Amino acid sequence: MTAIPLKAIPLEPIPVETGPVQTVAPRSTRTAARGPIPLSRIVSVELRKSFDTRSGFWLLASIAIASLLATAGVVIWAARDQLTYSTFTLAIGFPMAVILPVIAILSVTAEWTQRSGLTTFTLVPHRGRVVFAKAIVAISIAIASMLVAFAIGALGNLVAAALAGRDAVWDQGVATLAAIVLANVLIVLLGFMLGVLIRNSTAAIVAYFVYAFVAPPLLELLAANQAWFHDLHAWVDPNVTQQLLFHGPLVGQQWVQLAVTTAAWLVAPLLLGLWTLQRSEVK
Amino acid sequence: MIRVESVTKRYGRLTAVDDATFTAEPGRVTGFLGPNGAGKSTTLRILVGLTPATAGTATVVGRRFADLPNPGLEVGVLLDASAQHAGRTGREILTLAQKIMGVPASRVEEMLDLVSLTPTEAGRRVRNYSLGMRQRLGIAAALLGQPEALILDEPANGLDPAGIRWMRDLLRDYADRGATVLLSSHLLHEIEVIADDLVVIGNGRIVAKGTKAQLLQSAGTLVRTTDLGALGGALTAAGVTFSPSGATGHDDALRVEADPELVGQLAHGAGAALVELRPAEGAGLEDLFLELTADTQREGAAA
Repeated sequence: MTAIPLKAIPLEPIPVETGPVQTVAPRSTRTAARGPIPLSRIVSVELRKSFDTRSGFWLLASIAIASLLATAGVVIWAARDQLTYSTFTLAIGFPMAVILPVIAILSVTAEWTQRSGLTTFTLVPHRGRVVFAKAIVAISIAIASMLVAFAIGALGNLVAAALAGRDAVWDQGVATLAAIVLANVLIVLLGFMLGVLIRNSTAAIVAYFVYAFVAPPLLELLAANQAWFHDLHAWVDPNVTQQLLFHGPLVGQQWVQLAVTTAAWLVAPLLLGLWTLQRSEVK
Repeated sequence: MIRVESVTKRYGRLTAVDDATFTAEPGRVTGFLGPNGAGKSTTLRILVGLTPATAGTATVVGRRFADLPNPGLEVGVLLDASAQHAGRTGREILTLAQKIMGVPASRVEEMLDLVSLTPTEAGRRVRNYSLGMRQRLGIAAALLGQPEALILDEPANGLDPAGIRWMRDLLRDYADRGATVLLSSHLLHEIEVIADDLVVIGNGRIVAKGTKAQLLQSAGTLVRTTDLGALGGALTAAGVTFSPSGATGHDDALRVEADPELVGQLAHGAGAALVELRPAEGAGLEDLFLELTADTQREGAAA
């Protein structure tokens, strides 16, 4: 058989002719009235997205459930005559530190892990606005959750006092409660930062648990045994001052330590994460 | 109007899209055809701003996608019907898009109706959807804002023949009302059915573009013979150009740049018995496409 050159007849690209001009574009009259999408609308849609799936709904519900369980646990098991309001707020604080950051992480990472970002970032082609809206939602959920938790704790305090036959002891003022809210907002933003930086649900959640529950005791140990690290500890580990916030407002130098550790462990990586997020491809 | 001008996208040394230029006109359905991995999806992603181009510009309705104040009202986009949170219901996904665009809530039910998703189906979570249902939902989301342009990546994937027919009628009707429709496919026959204009991409380069009629019009003669050697010799002797063709699905076919009468006479003179002799309508496009796919095809028709 004769060898036949494969490309004997190259198919020339045929120039596109301009098609017949169609004048009627659908609804072109409405074009003029179209303004940009307001941030408030993005925020409300992002809020809706945080509870319109089963997992999202139950995560939010678990905040109230965990607060109730923690409060009930305190009423049942703690020595009733020594119960004060701070016992309740501290008991509720722990489940909050687990659930709230996870909500913040998933709100960001789901766009990548579930690939819904393909739609989200085409309907709003400015990722910064979407991420900003998600941050507003995460912080709002954190504050609202804490208010609910405080109310449930207050109820527990009243019940415990009634059962013990004495007056309830309110040993925490507004300043302390505000400090606790601030601590939770910082924790939520930390989770949010990990979501923005890592953009993978599992990895970001693991990273948060390492940060919040694995690293602190190890650093504690180091500080207890190594003199050189002892004084440095509060300047390096953000958990030190954050934990203090759960007991009330900081004093003097502690605020500086909080600012330094927050800048290093929250603001800097968040900026890096936002920069990479703007450039990453949503596959 | 959708316009892609000299768009190039490189990933390190790999050039995914190489200086691509084409337009999709209002009132017409433009098919973006190419084998898997040819650069179709990358080009469409660049069009909607999800992937930054290395060079070149892409505009939709006269503007860069990112400059559209409310893109959903101007351009309907469906890039991957499966890219949705599996835990949301179909109706919820449309509702989220409806709220972001700021169109009336009634549009959600209208669109569900248009794509024939029943209320029960719309209330189910997307993880339980078939690919065909996801495509329908994606089309519904793309049409929600009554956009004047549509960008759809492989929308016919997962649709049954009736579904493809439905999509053809829907897109045809939409284009007839003045909209610009750009859709991609890796199947020539699928896109032949739907498109008015074709843009063919292979290895990141635009290799052919034009109206379907132009690209499919008669390009020489298609001939099959039991004696390729003799016929090839006679054609060469007569100074007629030809090339092997896979368009018939057999490996004994040639595409000849001459009319059937001359080819018949030459074959007769050479004593080559013919199996088939006809004008090569569309065979040029088919061959071009087969050539493009040959690299990626694992099981070639011509073994």
